[in-house]
Amino acid sequence: MTVLAALEGMDRLSSGDVLVAQNVAFAIMAITMVASALRMVTTRNVVHAALYLVIVLAGVAGIFILLGAEFLGVTQIMVYIGAIVVLFLFGIMLTKGSFGDDDGVTGERRLMAGLVGLLVFGVMAAALVESFADAELSRSGPSTTADIADSIFGYYIVPFEAVSVLLLAALIGAIVVARKD
Amino acid sequence: MSDLLTLAVELAWWQQTGIRAVLGLVAVLLPAGTLVYLFLFKMMSFMQSRLGPMEAGPHGSLQLLAEVGKFLQKEDIIPEKADRIVFKAAPFVVLISTFLLVLVIPAGPDAWFIDVDTGIFLALAVSSISVIGILMAGWASSSKYSLLGALRAAGQLVAYELPLLLAVVGVVIQAGTLNVQGIVMAQATGEIFGWGGIGNPFILTQFLGFAIFLIAVQAELTQPPFDMPVAESELVTGYLTEYSGLRFLLFFIGEFATAGIFAALAATLFLGGWYVPGIDPTSDLFNVIGPAVLLGKVILVSFLIFWFRFTYPRFREDQLQQLAWKVLIPLSLANIVVTGVLKVVF
Repeated sequence: MTVLAALEGMDRLSSGDVLVAQNVAFAIMAITMVASALRMVTTRNVVHAALYLVIVLAGVAGIFILLGAEFLGVTQIMVYIGAIVVLFLFGIMLTKGSFGDDDGVTGERRLMAGLVGLLVFGVMAAALVESFADAELSRSGPSTTADIADSIFGYYIVPFEAVSVLLLAALIGAIVVARKD
Repeated sequence: MSDLLTLAVELAWWQQTGIRAVLGLVAVLLPAGTLVYLFLFKMMSFMQSRLGPMEAGPHGSLQLLAEVGKFLQKEDIIPEKADRIVFKAAPFVVLISTFLLVLVIPAGPDAWFIDVDTGIFLALAVSSISVIGILMAGWASSSKYSLLGALRAAGQLVAYELPLLLAVVGVVIQAGTLNVQGIVMAQATGEIFGWGGIGNPFILTQFLGFAIFLIAVQAELTQPPFDMPVAESELVTGYLTEYSGLRFLLFFIGEFATAGIFAALAATLFLGGWYVPGIDPTSDLFNVIGPAVLLGKVILVSFLIFWFRFTYPRFREDQLQQLAWKVLIPLSLANIVVTGVLKVVF
């Protein structure tokens, strides 16, 4: 219960207190993530880019856990690191094959990519600032797995089912597109 | 663990962390060494009508140390065209996954490393990190055998992660918690039709889950009959081909330590973990005998794992994928449905 205990202890803090350990941990993760994210888009080796992505995603999981969202952090590891990056690597190795191909990544569409990245960043930053401008992390302690289950299968049951059907449709669509016969 | 330590002496956080790190090392290496000597050296030899190592120590019991010494002396060769950093880092990524796995397994009512709400889900999530290490090893070696081995390994591990997860879901539904300690307690305090004499080890109600879990573990460990990623007659040793010396040893330790930890997970989920019938499950006695009980159950489960390993011939790649997608996944889904229905009915 280390994470939980630490967060439960936050009840006793007054608003002026600074959580030194949490801030240090956040700083370490944030610096690593930013550095890896920069290397990910600047490296010319696709496999290296995928491996830098692993570090960034692990950092995201770490920050989720730091915030007390344990289930979300573990899901991040499971889905992104355990499945999606593995599929990336699998795809790259299966299709490219040639090892150490350093000029594999070309920068032809650098301008477009930069523009799209800037646009996405702008929209997300605006949305986040708009909705969480002065909100503070709830001091009532972290959300447990049971809470998340209750809200997904209770209050949010309809959106959850809609997403499930959507994913199923995508899955069937992928099979139909991939099958030749 | 923290409760246990604070009872005895008041320890600072860093001291507790230090003790945890040492105990974690012991918890990973001790079962790994036991399994290698007991099963790989001795049981395999007896099954093949030979004696196995006999020279180092009585009945070759110090052979393990000799092997480690041998590997440490060997030159650490890195192929000329290898991607040096990724090549060097790969065995450590596999080991990180192994060491994180051991964290969630409790060895007594208070004897554990961390008590996390997500428990078994965390364990299965970190176990999937090892795939990345294997892909890194295969790719960075710049050898076609390594690359093919790594691709086979990745395809196999991704395919068998699903039945592994789904087999656990049945246990989670029955216990009503993801927390591993909670699952042990649910078994220790459970009753079989009102009779609580031996608790209710989930192997009785979840036998299908247990069987699927063990098959999937066999595939996750890439050992026979699922050892196409390291098939020696086709791929030399797959993604391990270019590794030598210490780094090969790290992969080797990773493989057997993971075998031990998966056996411990199976023992915890299906055989009641550190609990033995007859003693009150909240008794402090379990903090002392719990680790030994757990080790005993680990040896029992890994006996099964290694028995399969030494008995069955290798699958073909398509047979392996068919077994996962057409047999194990539908079976485990059916198991979840039946468990869910029975949970609601009773």
